[in-house]
Amino acid sequence: MSAIRPLGRVVRGALTFLRRDKKAAAGSIILFILLVITAFPSWFAPDDPAAEIYKPGVGLSLSHLLGTTSFGQDVFSQLIVGTRQSVLIALIVGFFCTVLSVGIGITAAYSGGLVDDTLSLFTDVVLVIPTFPLIIVITAYLKNASFWLIVFVLVVTGWSYGARQLRVQALSLRNRDYLLAAKARGESRWYVIAVELIPPMTSLIVANFLGAALYAVLAASALQFVGLGNINTESWGTMLYWAQNNEALATGLPLWALAPGIAIAVLGSALALLNYAFDEVSNPALRPVSAKALKKVGA
Amino acid sequence: MRFLVRRLGFLLVALWAALTVNFFIPRLMPGNPAESMMATFRGRINPSALNALEAAFGINKHQSLISAYFQYVNNTLHGNLGISISYFPIPVSTMIMKALPWSLGLVGVSTVLGFILGTSLGAIAAWRRGGSLDSVLPPTFIVISAFPYFWVGLLSIWLFALTLKWFPILGGYNETATPMWNWAFIGDVLQHAVLPAFTILITSIGGWILTMRNNMITVVAEDYVKMARAKGLKPRRILWQYAGRNAMLPNLTGFAMSLGFVISGAILVEYVFNYPGLGFMLLQAVQNEDYPLMQALFLLITVAVLLAIFVSDIVTAVLDPRTRIRS
Repeated sequence: MSAIRPLGRVVRGALTFLRRDKKAAAGSIILFILLVITAFPSWFAPDDPAAEIYKPGVGLSLSHLLGTTSFGQDVFSQLIVGTRQSVLIALIVGFFCTVLSVGIGITAAYSGGLVDDTLSLFTDVVLVIPTFPLIIVITAYLKNASFWLIVFVLVVTGWSYGARQLRVQALSLRNRDYLLAAKARGESRWYVIAVELIPPMTSLIVANFLGAALYAVLAASALQFVGLGNINTESWGTMLYWAQNNEALATGLPLWALAPGIAIAVLGSALALLNYAFDEVSNPALRPVSAKALKKVGA
Repeated sequence: MRFLVRRLGFLLVALWAALTVNFFIPRLMPGNPAESMMATFRGRINPSALNALEAAFGINKHQSLISAYFQYVNNTLHGNLGISISYFPIPVSTMIMKALPWSLGLVGVSTVLGFILGTSLGAIAAWRRGGSLDSVLPPTFIVISAFPYFWVGLLSIWLFALTLKWFPILGGYNETATPMWNWAFIGDVLQHAVLPAFTILITSIGGWILTMRNNMITVVAEDYVKMARAKGLKPRRILWQYAGRNAMLPNLTGFAMSLGFVISGAILVEYVFNYPGLGFMLLQAVQNEDYPLMQALFLLITVAVLLAIFVSDIVTAVLDPRTRIRS
């Protein structure tokens, strides 16, 4: 009973949030649809995406919603099946980046002193070294890097921005009375961090997860587009790679090259819209105001 | 002054970290892929150049890691970056100097332009809170920021170069022309730069607009802005000289932090447009397995970003007296 009530409250809170905030609602609906496609691609894809069984280079029609590639594959099926890899990269990299950011950012802020100085310096250095060239260099040596290697590289290069933000917020909370009270009660370090320090930071942590997920989607598709990573898997990035290498744009098959980019952008905008909505939760000043309300205040 | 010393210290630490990462990456890779590359060099170049490459890539088994490291650092600091494989026997540094002006021109100009335009638009949007600019810009650019840079490049090639034929498709200048300083050639270069510059501008500007708008909203509520209003100052003067100046400070720090992202995007834009800059050269070096060129380019891009960050730190210190005193 007692375990059910908070869950109900969380769900109800989330629903009111979505009803009030159009950006968050749009983002969640898109994300939900993409998750369904990720879980059950065969419900949507008419064909085997790799099968080269059709007339090559056909434009859009009812039997081929987005036409075919110059190899005679169905573009729409490729798009549907490719959803899985991008969504999984987003979720997995987002998750591990967030774990690292929370771990390093909060340890730095909570410990203070030399630990903070060292961790902050480390975070800042990782932050300023341009990520994408570094990823290119690493994957150039790895050759046809597997899914998990790409995830690893993206996590190693993607956690620092969040760690920095979380450290700043944790620092501002560190000396609040309720935290000092918990320490004075003799609560353990982990209790104070897990129960007192992290809950008020939830919206920033979620925003960081979404930011890291967006970064992962864009970076992974860019890597696949330039041919780093495994070019024989089904993903939006590899679709772009094959389209570019077969001059899809110049040979009158723009849909082959443009559709996967739009798909990436749809997933990316869903994450970005949610991210923006969570920003507004943690900073109420940013919430949209109507012109009417402004006039009332006289601003 | 202390602020500057601290930032200079950070610059040096970051430079050292980049140098060290660059040294260790090829050594940490499974099966040292550089080894097969080195085989092509043996007997073709003089022993001291070969020795320098061996130190850089960890081939020479007789040399200790530490002495290889110091030899590599010493070589790099003296601008001795090795010899390119794909353009053998041209030194890597010569190749880089060829590509550098193109990147500085294209990426430098469009990044700074994006920052100035985006910051101004963000300030105006927040100033007229709830106005048409304020309701259109943020959602538009949230969506645009989710588009992959390179894809925006592909789209503009398809639309403006292939379909409408307004601009040339690829390259930095017309291949049949010889590079020289006359108006015809400069015009040709500018024409080739329009589409890639537009792509970088459109994809990077959203970040500046959104952060500037958000800073500005906080600053406009401050007492000194109300005071300025009460004094009856012209709104334009309050917007730029009171609120805008202060709201811009976090954006300048943000500029430093986001520069890496912009450079990453610019690499891909150069690649899509076959633009003869550093990013295009980096990806070509990757495809040709030209490891010395690839690593030198990584290092150079990193150094450029770090220097730009240092400059924006100095500008922040000049604009904001608080940073000079507090730290």
